[in-house]
Amino acid sequence: MQANPIARLGNTGLSVISDLGRMGLYLLQMIEGCFRPPFRFAEFMRQLNFIGVGSLVVIFFTAASTGMVLGLQGYYSLHKFGAEGMLGSAVSLTLIMELGPVLTALMVTGRAGSAMCAELGIMRISEQIDALDCMAVDPFRYLISPKLLAALISIPLLTAFFDVVGIAGGYIAGVQLMGVNPGSYFEGMRNSVTNHDIWLGTVKSFVFAVMVVWICTGRGYFVHQLRGVGFGAGSVSKVTTQAVVFSSISVLIFDYLLTAVLL
Amino acid sequence: MNNNSIEFIKVEKSFVRDDGSRQVILDKVNFSIPAGKTTVIAGESGTGKSVTLKLILGLMRADGGQILVAGNDITQIRGRKLKEYRMRFGVLFQGAALFDSMTVYENVALPLRERTKKTDSEIKNQVLASLEQLELLGHEHKYPAQLSGGMKKRAGLARALQLEPEIMLFDEPTTGLDPVMTHEIYQLFAQTQKEVGFTSIIVSHDIPKVFNLADQVIVLNKGKMDVFPSPEAIQWSQKPHIKAFVKTTMGEIYQSHLVE
Repeated sequence: MQANPIARLGNTGLSVISDLGRMGLYLLQMIEGCFRPPFRFAEFMRQLNFIGVGSLVVIFFTAASTGMVLGLQGYYSLHKFGAEGMLGSAVSLTLIMELGPVLTALMVTGRAGSAMCAELGIMRISEQIDALDCMAVDPFRYLISPKLLAALISIPLLTAFFDVVGIAGGYIAGVQLMGVNPGSYFEGMRNSVTNHDIWLGTVKSFVFAVMVVWICTGRGYFVHQLRGVGFGAGSVSKVTTQAVVFSSISVLIFDYLLTAVLL
Repeated sequence: MNNNSIEFIKVEKSFVRDDGSRQVILDKVNFSIPAGKTTVIAGESGTGKSVTLKLILGLMRADGGQILVAGNDITQIRGRKLKEYRMRFGVLFQGAALFDSMTVYENVALPLRERTKKTDSEIKNQVLASLEQLELLGHEHKYPAQLSGGMKKRAGLARALQLEPEIMLFDEPTTGLDPVMTHEIYQLFAQTQKEVGFTSIIVSHDIPKVFNLADQVIVLNKGKMDVFPSPEAIQWSQKPHIKAFVKTTMGEIYQSHLVE
């Protein structure tokens, strides 16, 4: 053990800085890999299927329940002021600007992000990534950039799907169950949702897509260089937990920052 | 014969432990590996044998010193040059490092698909020929998880040999193999080296058997290296740690004593 606490603090600081630097370079290489031929169409399609199609069910249930809860709670709050007619705009704005992009990113992190992290972590500890390097096959182009491209396409689409299902859920709870006028539900939505709101939600979903893939694959890719996670299978499980936590927290922090800047 | 000699000049490498302290793996080591010959690197676990291989491949960076390969210092090269440099190597990793999501055939064909302009039928012929040579024919559609340890090693070897490397690195090539397969793998090494003439470096615990292949033996111990020009020379070393190493790995050396 190292006795000197100042030296330990210094070492921790250095390792945090080098970790950040590594992750920064990793992000650049990941983006660069998207633009360098040859394009890995098969791997891209596989990832599109995994991240996009595979997440449809979980996104459907999350969106339906979120939309229905929003419909019910919105109704109770608005009913106090006799403003039930605002339900449509309240539900749709909350979903499109906030909950759609954030919850989609969080669900994709939990479902696909954890899997991506574990996959790369296992490939790293079993020297498969070293083997790619030794064959002079770029692991970014081969493994990571297709994931980024697939996420950039599927996460915004999943967000749109989330919004639609959520609005339908709000309709079922507010209009069908609580008796809000269907015309006012949709009219309120049409009047209040602007292109700027949709644009904000879309920008968020693109940013979250990059963050999820960056953090989740990056943690797995560097599992061998991270301090304090141990070795072998245990290190992959720890790093996967870390990836999900870091990715989720970053999504929430960036959600606030993007809202503050772009609203 | 090629000119791919490898030379370590005052190479240093250490790691920072989780508690912040430093663990020195290589302490200013000097040695050279002659071209076209076989060098065996031996030593106890955790003495830096695999690290030495990773330094040669540029997968890890040395903290100091120079590594000359064919006269060029490779500690400074990066990017495309590093990639070109690595193309000269064939590597058989400790756990074979086959890609889990690909079949044996796809694994062995990968370097040819990625690094050559060969047609699918040429690749197929070459891959099937080497699978036959390594007695893997009939298993080409299996995934690595369905193979035994020995089969994985052989598939890894087949993959490493596809691009006709100038330098072959073997990280524990026979761990987990039965004696018959070990013998066959060693014969295959000797045979392919004769044909291709690559420089080969074998990291192995399989002492003394692996010495049959060795032209030179390097023993790693506590960050230092002892180089022996032949497997025989190691047995006559007077250094205490080498004597202990020889005794544990090869048994007592026979010496005749006169009873006084």
